[in-house]
Amino acid sequence: MLLTVENIHKTYATADGPFAVLRGVDLSLDAGETLALTGESGSGKSTLLHLIGGLDSPDKGRIILQGQDIAGLDDTGRAALRRGTVGVVFQQFNLIPSLKVSDNIAFQARLADQYDADWAQTLATRMGLTDQLNKYPEQLSGGQQQRVAIARTLAPKPRLVLADEPTGNLDEATAADVMDLMLELVAASDAGLLMVTHSDALASRLSRRLHLKSGKIA
Amino acid sequence: MTRVTLQALLSHWWRNPLQLFTLLAGLALATALWSGVQAVNAEARASYDAAAATLGEGQFDRLVRRDGQPMDQATYIALRRAGWLVSPVVDGRYNGVRIVGVDPLTAPGGIGPIAPQEGTEISDFLTGEGQLFANPETAADLADLNVILSPETAPGTALTDIGVAQRLLGKENLIDSLLVAPQQAKGQSDLADVAPELIRQQAQAGSDIGRLTDSFHLNLTAFGLLSFAVGIFIVHGAIGLAFEQRRPVVRTLRALGLPLRRLVLLMGAELMFFALVAGGIGIALGYVIAALLLPDVAATLRGLYGADVSGTLQLRPVWWLSGLAIALGGTALAASGALYKLAQMPLLAAAQPRALAMAAGKSAQVQGIGAVLLLLLSVVLMFTATGLIGGFALLGSLLVGAALALPLILDQILTLASRGVRSVRAQWFWADTRQQLPGLSLALMALLLAMAANIGVSTMVSSFRLTFVDFLDQRLASELYIRTADEGQTAALIAFAEPRVDAVLPIQNSDVTVAGQPTEVYGTRDHSTYRDNWVFLQSAADLWDTTFAGKTVLINEQLSRRGGLNVGDMINLQGSSFLVAGVYGDYGNPIGQAVIGEDVFAALYPDITPRSFGIRLNPDDVPTFLTELEAATGIAPTQSINQASIKAMSLSIFERTFTVTTALNILTLAVAAFAILMSLLTLAGMRVPQLAPAWAMGMTRKQIGQVELLRAVLLALLTAIVALPLGLALAWALLAVVNVAAFGWKLPMYLFPFDYARLGLFALIAAVLAALLPARRLARTPPADLLKVFSNER
Repeated sequence: MLLTVENIHKTYATADGPFAVLRGVDLSLDAGETLALTGESGSGKSTLLHLIGGLDSPDKGRIILQGQDIAGLDDTGRAALRRGTVGVVFQQFNLIPSLKVSDNIAFQARLADQYDADWAQTLATRMGLTDQLNKYPEQLSGGQQQRVAIARTLAPKPRLVLADEPTGNLDEATAADVMDLMLELVAASDAGLLMVTHSDALASRLSRRLHLKSGKIA
Repeated sequence: MTRVTLQALLSHWWRNPLQLFTLLAGLALATALWSGVQAVNAEARASYDAAAATLGEGQFDRLVRRDGQPMDQATYIALRRAGWLVSPVVDGRYNGVRIVGVDPLTAPGGIGPIAPQEGTEISDFLTGEGQLFANPETAADLADLNVILSPETAPGTALTDIGVAQRLLGKENLIDSLLVAPQQAKGQSDLADVAPELIRQQAQAGSDIGRLTDSFHLNLTAFGLLSFAVGIFIVHGAIGLAFEQRRPVVRTLRALGLPLRRLVLLMGAELMFFALVAGGIGIALGYVIAALLLPDVAATLRGLYGADVSGTLQLRPVWWLSGLAIALGGTALAASGALYKLAQMPLLAAAQPRALAMAAGKSAQVQGIGAVLLLLLSVVLMFTATGLIGGFALLGSLLVGAALALPLILDQILTLASRGVRSVRAQWFWADTRQQLPGLSLALMALLLAMAANIGVSTMVSSFRLTFVDFLDQRLASELYIRTADEGQTAALIAFAEPRVDAVLPIQNSDVTVAGQPTEVYGTRDHSTYRDNWVFLQSAADLWDTTFAGKTVLINEQLSRRGGLNVGDMINLQGSSFLVAGVYGDYGNPIGQAVIGEDVFAALYPDITPRSFGIRLNPDDVPTFLTELEAATGIAPTQSINQASIKAMSLSIFERTFTVTTALNILTLAVAAFAILMSLLTLAGMRVPQLAPAWAMGMTRKQIGQVELLRAVLLALLTAIVALPLGLALAWALLAVVNVAAFGWKLPMYLFPFDYARLGLFALIAAVLAALLPARRLARTPPADLLKVFSNER
């Protein structure tokens, strides 16, 4: 099993007092498997994604990734996890505006010391970015920027790809196009994919689907 | 990982060259002003050290004649025979250069650090072959002599064998003073028995130039520090803005797996690299500033303290190292807050840039509390501060407190102004100006500090000038001053002058110590010149009558303050007690002074005969009088100086002092204007989303540009209004606290409304010039850029 999540709890302090976002979530994911995580706003989807991606730590429970419990890792350990094992595609793209497209694609792989120039070129070609490599992100459309973000995420060949509403900022046609590419490339690299989405249409394209409601798997 | 992270971090600056320029230029200017002043100080101090080391000034006791005249060589021989380990010194001016003749075999310090260049023979010096040692600058004035270049020799001074000096100075067989070796043989005869006409001057009673000039250098240092503070405001603003703009990137880097610790270290290293580059540029600029200022500073020090300072600058390691250190330290100071915030920022915190809201909310509260505490401290210090440290603590708390309070004061003024406004456009203007305030506050603080410093220092300087001109009129009442060479000339002068002029006033003095302070006591003739002109800060009744009657003494303000003496106190001179009857202002004099009547002076100091005289006569008769005097007595015109020359010379000394402060004033103001320009240029790009709605609702781009210009002028005007009371408070602190501690006298404070209005105008012009380019840029923003604000892609 690539990923096992066991009894995860997470509570945030709010102005109105503590708010339990996740209240005992369990899930699992195999390599090569794609899983859609759906739910209404505030149901805890993004929080769960952040915990699995090592962007935050749970209050209780275990997250076993490739046999290692990542819930107890410190900042350095979680940073190492984010560099090489997990790749995150954000809704807001989060590209580095001062770097050219080519540098943005290579960035995470270089950070993880896992840069493969041929693979990066393949990603750029498959994403249709070969004419954009010398441009800066601000010179690209939203769909192109998200393709760069996906290429950047896949460049270090992560074992697990996490995607948080990756097409939320794109129009329908562009979103479908980007999804096709992402699913194809994830399959080619035999990684697992966990995607948070509001869209039933997108969720139906993945191999499995879980629905979060009030901090629990419904 | 490090390489790729640095590439990402540095690419920000590559894509935002204006921000990089602001950061580097701010830091370079700050370092330049600081290191420029430090270079001047270091050069002057090195000159004092060279003088002290070469001549043993301040290090060894000296024997001199009571009447200040040279002694016969026979006196020296008699003392040596009586067991005194003394060494002769001849001192005088030749072509404007101080010639010091020593006997290197007996001088306690040898010939000091003099290091002749290769190829010269020290034996030539010892055998009296006519060699002189001087630094290259001084050697140029001694072209007709055999000068050996020696860079270590004190500026304006040439060192030579005593025989050569006697020949050059026309002092054959004469000695000016005898240096007393610290270790003396036992059983030597008493000085009073061997040479009763000599007195022993303690080492500390001599002219310790370093000590006397400390306050002058402290003032310069304070100015340098203030300029540096203004520059650091710019740096702080640039770093704060850059960090705010990079918050999303920082979050992305961390999300992609860069450890926080590594990120903070790399961002710190990145800034330190910039600090080194900017520090290097700043040191080069500082060298230029110092080279431009040094001649004026050297002239000031020579005029005020008689200190010879080299007019050329050397690159001293301690100076450029301290320049780099202050650049690094200043950057660390300016960046520490931003780096701390970065280290504390949660990974999932909102990554939206919030530069314009920096001063909002909690930080504004903290800033307000800090401002109030510092201003309260300055009020307390106004009543309690004594000494230079207290004075500068007062200045620091006042300036920093006011700077911190400025954004809050402006916010209140803008809030008040927006009330009761009916026009929609005016409402938008006031609200938008308030929104702009946080982004501009650092630049406005810099402007406030620069203007306040300008008002404060110019008030002090102008008050000083007014007081000093009055003082010269009072104290230099005689139309002519003549110095005689010997008693024969003195008698001839009196015999010739008394029938022809209104009065011949002897000027005679002796060096004494009163209340632990080195003091000159003067014996003065009863004459209306003194009775009519002198102005007293404290006075008893009939003070001139009692003083000329030998009952009382008049003292200067320096002696009064340093010795704790006031009217009614007693002082002792040569075993006789005198009541202090008056305290007079004595601006420009570094040491204490006491005045007693001529008769009592003669009784107390019978060995001293006057050699200087003030002559009262019709100013138009001065040239004729001098011609006839020379014909009758042989007293050359070079032995006299007329009142107009002294006044012109004294004023020129002070004018040059003011040149230094004026130059620093202008530089500080220029740095503040630069801060405004850079802030507005940086903010201009961020203004588009805020201005686009106004454009969409019907304002033209030209109108938007005009409003931007108006806003900058308004904020500069409000800052100038706040700067006026702050500058006056600064002037008061300088005059009443710092000046008293530094120089020993308190100056009356005068106000110069015209000067302040002119400064305000300059500030407005600077603000207009600084705002012109950003406003023009906004007025020409392409509609496509404005439209982008409303598109999804932004």
